[in-house]
Amino acid sequence: MSTRIYVPIDSTALSLGAERVARAIAAEAAKRGLDVTLVRNGSRGMFWLEPLVEVETPAGRVAYGPVQADDVSGLFEADFLAGAAHPLAIGCVKDQPWFAGQQRLTFSRVGLTDPLSLDDYRSYGGFEGLTRALAQAGADTVAQVTDSGLRGRGGAAFPTGIKWRTVADASADRKYVVCNADEGDSGTFSDRMLMEGDPYCLIEGMTIAAVAVGATQGYIYLRSEYPHAFRTLQAAISCARDAGYLGSNVMSSGKAFELEVRMGAGAYICGEETSMLESLEGKRGTVRAKPPLPAIAGLFGKPTVINNVMSFASVPVILARGAAFYRDYGMGRSRGTLPFQLAGNLKRTGLVECAFGLTLRELLYDYGGGSASGRPIRAVQVGGPLGAYVPESQFDVPLDYEAYVGIGAMIGHGGIVAFDDTVDIAGMARYAMEFCAVESCGKCTPCRIGSTRGVEVIDRIIAGEERGKNIALLGSLCDTMLAGSLCALGGMAPYPVQSALKHFPEDFGVPRANDQAAA
Amino acid sequence: MADETTAETIRRIVEDRRTLPGALLPILHAIQDEIGWVPDDAVPTIATALHLSRAEVHGVISFYHHFRTRPAGRHVVQVCRAESCRSMGAMALEEHAKASLGVDFHETTGDGAVTLEPVYCLGNCACSPSIRIDDEIVGRVDAKRFDAEIAALRAAKEPA
Repeated sequence: MSTRIYVPIDSTALSLGAERVARAIAAEAAKRGLDVTLVRNGSRGMFWLEPLVEVETPAGRVAYGPVQADDVSGLFEADFLAGAAHPLAIGCVKDQPWFAGQQRLTFSRVGLTDPLSLDDYRSYGGFEGLTRALAQAGADTVAQVTDSGLRGRGGAAFPTGIKWRTVADASADRKYVVCNADEGDSGTFSDRMLMEGDPYCLIEGMTIAAVAVGATQGYIYLRSEYPHAFRTLQAAISCARDAGYLGSNVMSSGKAFELEVRMGAGAYICGEETSMLESLEGKRGTVRAKPPLPAIAGLFGKPTVINNVMSFASVPVILARGAAFYRDYGMGRSRGTLPFQLAGNLKRTGLVECAFGLTLRELLYDYGGGSASGRPIRAVQVGGPLGAYVPESQFDVPLDYEAYVGIGAMIGHGGIVAFDDTVDIAGMARYAMEFCAVESCGKCTPCRIGSTRGVEVIDRIIAGEERGKNIALLGSLCDTMLAGSLCALGGMAPYPVQSALKHFPEDFGVPRANDQAAA
Repeated sequence: MADETTAETIRRIVEDRRTLPGALLPILHAIQDEIGWVPDDAVPTIATALHLSRAEVHGVISFYHHFRTRPAGRHVVQVCRAESCRSMGAMALEEHAKASLGVDFHETTGDGAVTLEPVYCLGNCACSPSIRIDDEIVGRVDAKRFDAEIAALRAAKEPA
């Protein structure tokens, strides 16, 4: 009997040598005349253990990691095909405390299945949500999504159901569903992991949206930095179409939905929904003024549902298990779960999907294991390059959209980047402005000019030139950008800058007035 | 001046995609994927086919960091400059990359082997710092690893 061996094909696993490991396993098995089936799964999200090799045994899936190609013959020697002991053996993934403590709703299949196997997808509950959606009125699906409390996971946290209802209520000869897969925030990779590890989940979520609002054409706008995700999505769409889950007659319902992946071209701003639409239309990715909302006049002027990968991927489980099931997770107005991404200077980086309400401290220390360098964690940027730098005094604030707004921060797309005490926060503040200058679309002045002036004034503060006056000037510049920018790039780039100055003034050469940094 | 073969390639790519909704980015991607860059000669061909002005096409090409209007080296190496990589030493890596290759960002080494580019996040933030070599991403890169990767690129036999 053939033994199934799982070697991830996730980009991060590949970046650590998973391809060489897979080839070594195939070669070694052939040499020894052993019958093995290599399955290229997604990643379980335990990146300190990647490449993580799992072997299917009668006792469950036994994992070994991190495995390098030159470990492979030793693993065979130790009889890892029977799940035998080995210095790299870690037992079953599902029994690991790091894994067992999570609430994986959106990521329930990622790492478990062969990403392109429709049989795998169905055997873990795939297409149950779409089946329900096709059996009920679109308005009922929209109501379910609304009742689930799902809010936009791209960062803006706008209620998904309300957006869908606006599109459903609009009348037009053509409507679109667009997935924003331009995951440009540093510290985030959940969209990529899902697209590479469970692409049918995204396809199902988008199809449910299309059926609910009456759209017939969908696009996934994918960033060009994700070549592996591009190939996986292309293959998955083709398989789904062949099997009748996409196309002119979705699951024999008589409803049509076509889906296409479109590649971005290295512009962070195209993660902003209106510049993404411009880009999809073949134009420069400049921001549109709102109104009109894209839900009314979006892609090619037609009503358009735009959601992030995580938002769409959360929909199948909501339809399959019911709105209440999803809503029962979380706290306050932050319902359900969020796939947090632990990145930067942490010992155990990876994907942690948990209900809202846990704290940064739990993520950093219980899951993350503290800093990778072994030094104290000094600052954490939450929510990407436009998110605030959070000091240690705020690590116990619950991760909840409103609680974070309360401390001048944001959860955004759930990226958590930890810095140890060697970080120069003034340099990071300068970088925030520099990044904004590089990526500004140029349409509005506060962002286009303000970001460049921001770099200059921070340089003067760091150099000690008229520090008091320049800090006041920086404050005024930030206010102008916050209030006067067309979109979130210029409108939020001041957050990391202001939080850096507020919580870490000593890095700018400003003595702390007192220790009242706590919120 | 593009030679006849290049011009034909461009015409074929444009012809195959001109009726796509929002065809310009797919056309530019296809040209760059096949030719390695977007030659100036492509602009009028695209503009005519899509009923755009040449200025509009040029504006789109110049807006996006991904599209290049000059040939790159045999390999493109991108070094991530974003926050997560910075928390793990990306600034030192960037300095090392520039110094060891003897080029600044957007430049190509004298032997034509490597074009160095900045990139703002490769989505590999759990294993920072990261670089991308052509279509492959490499995680947890330090100076030593960077040098080994570059040496491997230079050692690999290039197709004639």
